[in-house]
Amino acid sequence: MKLTQKIKYDADRTVGFGESVARLPGCEGLPSCIQCGTCSGTCPMSIYMDLSPRQVIGLVRADFKKEALSCNTIWLCSSCYACTVQCPREIGITEIMYALKQRAIREHTFPAGFPIAILAREFTRMVTRKGRITETLLVMKLFLRANWRAALASWWLGLGLIRTGRFVLRQEQIQGHRELATMLAQTKETGEGGAP
Amino acid sequence: MKYHYFPGCSLKGLGRAYEESLLPVMERLGVELHEIEDWNCCGATVYMATDQGNACVLGARNMALAEKNGAGDIVAPCNACYLTLNKAKHCLAESSAIRRNVERAMAEAHLTYSGNLAVRHPLDVLVHDVGLEAIRREVVRPLTKLKVAPYYGCQAVRPQCTFDDQWNPTSMDQVLTALGATVVDYPLKTRCCGGSLTGTVPEAGLRLTYILLQEALRRGAEVIATICPLCQFNLDGYHDQIARRWGAVRIPVVYLTQLMGVAFGMAPDALGLKRNFLPAEPLLAMS
Amino acid sequence: MKVKDDQPLRIGFYVCHCGHNIAGVVDCAAVAQYAATLEGVVLSRDYKYMCSSPGQELIREDIRDHNLNRVVVASCSPLLHEHTFRTAVAAGGLNPFLFQMVNIREHDAWVHTDKAAATDKAKALAAAAIRRVARHRPLETTRAPIHPDVLVVGGGISGIHAALTLANAGKKVYLVERDPSIGGHMAQFDKTFPTLDCAACILTPKMSAVRAHKNIVLWTYSEVAKVEGYVGNYTVTVRRKARYVQEELCVGCQECVEACVFKEPKFPDRFNVGLSRRKPIYMPFPQAVPQAVVIDPERCIELKTGKCKKTCLEACADRHAIDFQQKEELVQIHVGSMIVATGYELFDPRRLPHYGYGRYPDVLTTLECERLISSSGPTGGELRLHSGQAPTAVGFVLCAGSRDYKTNRWCSRTCCMHSMKLAQIIRERTGAEVTLFYIDIRAPGKGGEEFYDRALAQGVKFVRGRVAEVSDCPLSPAEQGKLIVRVEDTLAGMVRRIPLDMVVLAVGMEPQANAQEVRRIMNMSCSAEGWFLEKHPKMAPVSTFTDGVFIAGCCQGPKDIPDSIAQAGAAAAEALALIDAGGIDQEPNTAYISEEDCSGCKSCVDLCPYKAIAFDPVKEKASINAALCKGCGVCVAACPSGSIGQNLFEDQEVFEEIEGVLAHA
Ligand code: SF4
Ligand code: SF4
Repeated sequence: MKLTQKIKYDADRTVGFGESVARLPGCEGLPSCIQCGTCSGTCPMSIYMDLSPRQVIGLVRADFKKEALSCNTIWLCSSCYACTVQCPREIGITEIMYALKQRAIREHTFPAGFPIAILAREFTRMVTRKGRITETLLVMKLFLRANWRAALASWWLGLGLIRTGRFVLRQEQIQGHRELATMLAQTKETGEGGAP
Repeated sequence: MKYHYFPGCSLKGLGRAYEESLLPVMERLGVELHEIEDWNCCGATVYMATDQGNACVLGARNMALAEKNGAGDIVAPCNACYLTLNKAKHCLAESSAIRRNVERAMAEAHLTYSGNLAVRHPLDVLVHDVGLEAIRREVVRPLTKLKVAPYYGCQAVRPQCTFDDQWNPTSMDQVLTALGATVVDYPLKTRCCGGSLTGTVPEAGLRLTYILLQEALRRGAEVIATICPLCQFNLDGYHDQIARRWGAVRIPVVYLTQLMGVAFGMAPDALGLKRNFLPAEPLLAMS
Repeated sequence: MKVKDDQPLRIGFYVCHCGHNIAGVVDCAAVAQYAATLEGVVLSRDYKYMCSSPGQELIREDIRDHNLNRVVVASCSPLLHEHTFRTAVAAGGLNPFLFQMVNIREHDAWVHTDKAAATDKAKALAAAAIRRVARHRPLETTRAPIHPDVLVVGGGISGIHAALTLANAGKKVYLVERDPSIGGHMAQFDKTFPTLDCAACILTPKMSAVRAHKNIVLWTYSEVAKVEGYVGNYTVTVRRKARYVQEELCVGCQECVEACVFKEPKFPDRFNVGLSRRKPIYMPFPQAVPQAVVIDPERCIELKTGKCKKTCLEACADRHAIDFQQKEELVQIHVGSMIVATGYELFDPRRLPHYGYGRYPDVLTTLECERLISSSGPTGGELRLHSGQAPTAVGFVLCAGSRDYKTNRWCSRTCCMHSMKLAQIIRERTGAEVTLFYIDIRAPGKGGEEFYDRALAQGVKFVRGRVAEVSDCPLSPAEQGKLIVRVEDTLAGMVRRIPLDMVVLAVGMEPQANAQEVRRIMNMSCSAEGWFLEKHPKMAPVSTFTDGVFIAGCCQGPKDIPDSIAQAGAAAAEALALIDAGGIDQEPNTAYISEEDCSGCKSCVDLCPYKAIAFDPVKEKASINAALCKGCGVCVAACPSGSIGQNLFEDQEVFEEIEGVLAHA
């Protein structure tokens, strides 16, 4: 049997992390969590999460940044806001999940080839360059980059889309796409993305 | 009744049947929808997850473009667009850092964002502006005996929704009743469909879809009505994969606006009904 | 500056540290030093606790040793200690009204953090009081008589206990209850925690004692409509609703109920929270007091249409107790004090759609469960599902509607114990599995923790997690036909789905729906949540801001039976103390009219809310009856000729005070 130490030392904390999250818009309720677990019980995705939403809230509040950013919870969150609506302390749990995702993307603390992160990257790229999303193209990119097997398995979906006249390969693009790219670049320079 | 119309990417792509049914139905009800010129993607949940500041720029540009065309609410039929635009509005009102950021970006494009326009879901417009009475008046083929499960999805009513209850909304139920349909009691009406996770983590996303379909069938529904392109796609698009994993749960999934069109006597072709994976026409033709 | 009687001013000034409360923010020594420089001040001190015995002694001695003729104390709110210091001043041989108090705690130290600015503010307030006190004149208090009768509003366990205590002490009590019987919520309980003694066995004797007591006038089915007057002298109008049965004549044989044209009981029975049915004529519940039936005018055919065979009348032929002609009555009574014990209402779980109350018949409230296991309940004490079968798995959802920012933020204090009680009874009687879903188990108080232990020992399962959802959507054969609770077991760290037959929602307490109306009638205050507000949360827990009005039981906030009874006893004791004092000292802050200035315009006469102003048609002058004047000051402000003055609020006193503050600024 291989033994690992479960104890946490104070040095494992990133002091101030919890407070920095609680300062973001919508995340102010963080300190008032009573660890009731309503969020986890309500969450439709919690059955797959390695840490329940409640545990993530607890870890963030206690400054355990590494643990909070490396769990699969933040990626499995589908932004359905069920937890936010049910939390007895009206905590913006979904917003906190967003904040953690942003932070993890900035700090690259997600597994390589992780489809959710890849989707996020490809999606953002397409919007920034073209101003619009062409879903079929996006999905193809995702399958190619993330998982060949998944791409093959869903060939039928493509066929179905063609049959129902929804398979589009022409990339949508807005007229002001260059202007939009400049607008989006504005915020990059100042680093005021609103992220923690 | 005049509105700015923000279709969003899906209504031009996978969810085009939504637009194909929404436009004629709204026109019939005297609702003018003016598409915002050169609108861009709202950013959806994905962009928010990557970069909240820029996600707000995306939203603000759309709203500023609408403002250029004068007063009026913005109608956003896709639940994700509806939520994201509202969220951008909210962030802009709450955070001065984000506001400064967006103002700089707007200056770049000589646009001004005032935050004065409300962003509304067509369901809200149907129930509160058009009114059930007006809808009832247009019904020529009541959907008598059709058992419908009203599926709202999550992002139409959460978290900021002001036009209905966040957990147990009833506005779509009311519209369906006005069409003459029988509304099935469906406790999962706001349970998440899996969103983009159905594409990225199929085993998790498909299970949610499966539960939604199965429960609708168990409660005797013959068709599920949706008001979001992603919900419609997730619920309609994976019947085969679901059947392989858990057994068949076949039930057609259509847009509320398609049902309205049918009840208003419009031709199914004109309502995009051909675009369903699991055809709904036989059922609707019967009723 | 000179005082009227031409003695030179000799003011003593004291500033209190109140431990850290004031001294933590205000530099008390600096304030004392500053005050010493002001005109008329001959002595200025700061002291740790002015309200302590040595503090009061200090004032007494200084008056004697330094021949003081005015005293100012800068400390806490006058609500708390004005009386203390006036008494000390009087003990020093000075008229107690040659005194002024400055509030530098609530008005200064507690609301500011900037020490220098707070100290400055204290100086300004001190200067104001010192200038004001120079204008004070000696005043005399008067003593008003107190009517010895007491009104108790609400006939639950708190009201019953308060009424009995007072009546046993020989006082006449009017007990007014809105429902047709006294007993309140306690009458609906099967057993009481933590001792598990039978609720009826301990309550019923007290209910009968109320009925039998010669000093208690019991008016059920009645409401307080209007209250006029003031402490010691209230006139109360009580609305006695029509019962359509003469209480004195009815013996409770219920032959009329038997004879009613409705052969089967048809209407939801309030006592059994709608779990059983009654007829239009009914006995509220078997142990009801008074033992008199009542007719529901909304349901009775005769009362609605006048076209009934009135078989009930025939059944009551020899007693003639039934009286369809009965009308609502308004009765006036005079009392000196009142105890409000109007209780609580239960949270309506329909506000939580995700718990399925109202959608699934086997989702119940704790009170409904209570009635189901009560031997006087609709099933004779057998716990049954909607289908008639016995449940094998029951779950309790705690904090339903409580501790939730969207519904009620407070903890209702009793639901944990209440649920554990029901859980134990169910374990004992049926052997069903019982699971309790909780956020925190709150079992304080005597015997509370032991009660929790007992529940654990009986095999009640505790799952720590607030239930997210109750549904009937099965995901496996085992869940088929069950209610499924979805919850995170936070101690095990995982989400669970637990199939159950019955789900009991531990609904919390809320203020009564008409609490605001009662508050207005009784002239009380409410907390933000709507509970009646006590005068001080620790020092005056059953008094209100209106003298002579006391509160007891759950109308003041959620509490259990022992605490309700303790409060009721305390309220009764306060009322007794008031009555037995024989009279009440009245603050001499009354208004008076200078006869030569009065123009006889009568503006003030109708304005006075206490009817204290009379008009002499011969002299054509108004005059104020000091015994009736409550010092509200309305007439003072209204008098166009400026001929009304008010003791303790003389123009000159107020102007000096303002000058004092401004001079410092
Ligand atoms: S529901 Fe709210 S209070 Fe409860 S554990 Fe989750 S975040 Fe904390
Ligand atoms: S208002 Fe003044 S002047 Fe008029 S009657 Fe009253 S006291 Fe006299």
